Amino acid sequence: MDAAAFTQKFPQTETLASIDMPTFKVANAELVEVVRYLRDTQGFDLLADLCGVDWPQRTPRFGVVLHLLNTSKSEYVRLHVACEQDAVPSVSAIHPGANWHEREAYDMFGIRFVGHPDPRRILMWEAYPFHPLRKEFPLAGIEVPFPAADVAAVTGQKVEPAPMMGGPFVSGGGHMSNAEPQALDQSWNEEKPKS
Amino acid sequence: MVKSEFGYNSKVEGEVIVTRADAVVNWVRSHSVWPMPMGLACCAIELMAAGGSRFDISRFGMEVMRFSPRQADCMIVSGTVTYKMAEVVRRIYDQMAEPKWVVAMGACASSGGMYRSYATLQGVDNIVPVDIYISGCPPRPEALLDGMMLLQEKIRQEGGSLRRTFRGRTIDTKIVS
Repeated sequence: MDAAAFTQKFPQTETLASIDMPTFKVANAELVEVVRYLRDTQGFDLLADLCGVDWPQRTPRFGVVLHLLNTSKSEYVRLHVACEQDAVPSVSAIHPGANWHEREAYDMFGIRFVGHPDPRRILMWEAYPFHPLRKEFPLAGIEVPFPAADVAAVTGQKVEPAPMMGGPFVSGGGHMSNAEPQALDQSWNEEKPKS
Repeated sequence: MVKSEFGYNSKVEGEVIVTRADAVVNWVRSHSVWPMPMGLACCAIELMAAGGSRFDISRFGMEVMRFSPRQADCMIVSGTVTYKMAEVVRRIYDQMAEPKWVVAMGACASSGGMYRSYATLQGVDNIVPVDIYISGCPPRPEALLDGMMLLQEKIRQEGGSLRRTFRGRTIDTKIVS
């Protein structure tokens, strides 16, 4: 890719260190222009991925990372965008494939995509009050009402935190080789019930 | 000792078989289970294999997979039940006509399996009464066939009414014959 022409055209763009592909930090307001320029002028015609990122220590906390592919030269470029008030401009008008990716980032992180044609959740149900991939959200989940009120009335079912003890997704830390999968919360177990 | 469900004596003229109405009804039902394939994840692949010629579920009278709940007797929940899908599973169960049975196929349908997370229902028995649980991740088609034969056994032992328990409550369904 022609990085010099790119950074000259968008002077607010910051070049980031990267081991695999050209990586740039793009200004929030310029994102749509940048993606359109890269598609029309530099041949990055495929949006390979778009995902949300949560950095609890940073301000702004949320960001979006895009991977663009030039299908004729097999070149990738990575774009970082920081959210402004948890919002990023939508690129789904340029790359229609971004539509579901942006809905997923909204669903999981609560990032709003300004100008998105259909800004609904995509994985969780519409009334779900949380964004589960945020760092503070527990993997087990938080108790909320069941999605369908009539089914809940018949079954008495709620959305309950899943039991984590002995589960496969938590390990004790340390080296991978001696990290036996175990519950992150060791305050209760078979011998010592949950208080 | 197998309890005989019918009496037959070749010396009796006219080839009369004596049995109970329940036994006949249960015999018919157990050999014409029409499954509703609730395929939600990889277990559904094994369910399809069970329907193929190698394992051939039709040997046991259950080959008529019905994708309409109104024509099905037995819902085979094969796969991970998310909270979003749980509503649909329950609605389809409600649309099936009595008598009806539910088979929880595999670890996910039985207990949530490895998906201990905010999105997954921890066992389909939280929303529908389950008759047979099949272990495995996913179970092999033989395991499914074994489970279905256990279900047939269960159907054959049912009385004049269907009795099942769900969340501590006993649900009776009268059979009118």
